[in-house]
Amino acid sequence: MDNVLLEIRNLSKVYDSKGVSVRALSDVNLTVMRGETIGIVGESGCGKTTLGRCVVRGIDATSGEVLFHTEDGVIDFLKATGAQMKKYRKDIQMIFQDPYASLDPRMTVFDIISEPLRYNTRMSAKEIEQAVDRIAEQVGLNKAYLRRYPHAFSGGQRQRIGIARSLILQPKLIVCDEAVSALDVSIQAQIINLLEDLQKEYHLTYLFISHALSVVRHISDRVMVMYLGRMVEFGETEALFAHPMHPYTQALLSAVPQPDPDISVDRIILEGEVPNPANPPSGCHFHPRCAYATERCRTEAPPLVNHDGRLVACWECGKCQGKT
Amino acid sequence: MKTKNGTPARKVQEKKSDKYYYASQWRLMARKFRRHKLAMVSTVVLLIFYLIAIFGNFIAPQGTEQYEGRYVNCPPTRVHLFHEGKLIGPFVYGLKTERDPVTYMAQFAENTEKIYRIRFFAQGDEGGEYRWLGLFPSNLHLFEAEEGGRVFLFGTDNMGRDLFSRVILGAQISLFIPVVGMLMTLVLGLAIGSLAGYFGGWVDTVIQRVIEVVRSFPQVPLWMALSAAIPKTMKPAQVFMLMTVILSLVSWPGLARVVRSKFISVKKEDFIMAARISGAPASKLITRHMIPSFLSYIIVDMTMAIPSLIIGETTLSFLGLGLRSPATSWGVLLQETNKLETIMFYNWKLIPMLFVFLSVLAFNFMGDGLRDAADPYK
Repeated sequence: MDNVLLEIRNLSKVYDSKGVSVRALSDVNLTVMRGETIGIVGESGCGKTTLGRCVVRGIDATSGEVLFHTEDGVIDFLKATGAQMKKYRKDIQMIFQDPYASLDPRMTVFDIISEPLRYNTRMSAKEIEQAVDRIAEQVGLNKAYLRRYPHAFSGGQRQRIGIARSLILQPKLIVCDEAVSALDVSIQAQIINLLEDLQKEYHLTYLFISHALSVVRHISDRVMVMYLGRMVEFGETEALFAHPMHPYTQALLSAVPQPDPDISVDRIILEGEVPNPANPPSGCHFHPRCAYATERCRTEAPPLVNHDGRLVACWECGKCQGKT
Repeated sequence: MKTKNGTPARKVQEKKSDKYYYASQWRLMARKFRRHKLAMVSTVVLLIFYLIAIFGNFIAPQGTEQYEGRYVNCPPTRVHLFHEGKLIGPFVYGLKTERDPVTYMAQFAENTEKIYRIRFFAQGDEGGEYRWLGLFPSNLHLFEAEEGGRVFLFGTDNMGRDLFSRVILGAQISLFIPVVGMLMTLVLGLAIGSLAGYFGGWVDTVIQRVIEVVRSFPQVPLWMALSAAIPKTMKPAQVFMLMTVILSLVSWPGLARVVRSKFISVKKEDFIMAARISGAPASKLITRHMIPSFLSYIIVDMTMAIPSLIIGETTLSFLGLGLRSPATSWGVLLQETNKLETIMFYNWKLIPMLFVFLSVLAFNFMGDGLRDAADPYK
């Protein structure tokens, strides 16, 4: 079996509403290897969440393919037939951002965690109970609390419930959509450690969507930077954080708060605002806010070019290298 | 810190919150509802009303078909306990007819020479037989006067029928038509609203247009037209069924709209997407997650709509388009009050109005309480 788990090809999502169409995602390509964590970063509205939701088929993509490498060969997850879905639905799961909105308040924690088993397996009541007990222990939930309702739990505990639900089917890929953003910093650390432990144990692959750059740097093997629905840079985490090549990535990384007061940071302050995605700028979407923009940037969209294993979408890639 | 009986206060508190943690949505709602005093009182009032209606044939001394030709337009009889200073227990005096010296109108007066005790759990007169819940034949009544005496707690109407009996028997119709009608509305509204809200697209468009057409008819004339179409020869039970159908046919579009909008808003909730990603089929998604998430609101909506159905039924019957004598409902009883003369001389005939008023008010207050309790998570 090859080492590739998932290939995202030309994935696009267009929201149409009353004549206005918003291109939330345009032609995103990404290859995900087994067992790795890919961080997806970008500011609000850049399409990170849309990407994650399209991959798990929480929403329907407008075009493109999500090729899922299985024992039966490669299938397009987005066009999977009923029987294929039945078999592979469980392999791609999701952890949600808001631990309050993503748990049905009318079901007990036991019912929430066991629900996926009821739809995807034919386990007996007893087997289900054992499976839930096991997973609850693993994510650090007290077994005695399983008959309670979600309103009895704190944010961190709820997120553990969400993780337990996504894990119970033993998926191969988990999309973590801002999985820790809603939590306190101390709880964030706990949950991230939990995710890392689980990854080792089950050989999980994560798509880790977040705007918290320090968290992404900590957990990811490779990072993808998005701007207005397009991938602008993609590469190994450490290399990318050390030497960002795209001007947008540079600006984004310079905004990370620096805990050491003695280190002075040259903040790159972006001018203007995020453009309206319903009416994006021509050419490179970033050009109105870019210090290096040329005539070419205004008219032609730059392709992703491979610079020693780093993918960058910028016409002027060499120019700003001395800056960092 | 210790409480009165010696258990540590902390433990007591723990126990209490434990109960809260294990409480389902409906239990949390019940807790909140119980704190709403007016709603609780109204609920008790309604419970009593419904119990009286269910045991109506037993509580009412007269059946629907009985009448007393000699006691037409008789005012409410007084129930006495003492006769000339001696305790006898509940009894009524005999009635005699007098002429008013000024108006020359026939009047009833008490004949204090004749005493008729009230017997409890007594066999009724001929004609008072009934089948309880339509099954068990009986002629047992809560109270009857001794042979020869008459008890008319609320007086009689212009055919000599006991108004107290008729108010209670009327409650069976007036209180159950709205509830059955509402249940049918619930089924129709949920089914049609779910279709529109879940599938959207052209299904939604078609249903929306149908709703607009149905809603653009004025409600009362539509009721009237449909009720007027009920054949006069039909049995009261059939008329009852038809009236519930009519009420629900007119009121489903409002509910369908509410259901549709709830569906559209709940469709975007994270926990719905989570269930879909878990592999939940559409049917489970609708019945296990979506409908339960707004069912409490729908129930509140329906409780608040019942008063208008009570008034609707009363209005139709008052206009002579609903049930007809000898079958009875509060609207049928109020038909007699459509003359000024009645209100001047026989004002007890307005008593049924008090019951309409009380039940409508109680439903409104109960609905208020339910609405406040509807979402225990906010």
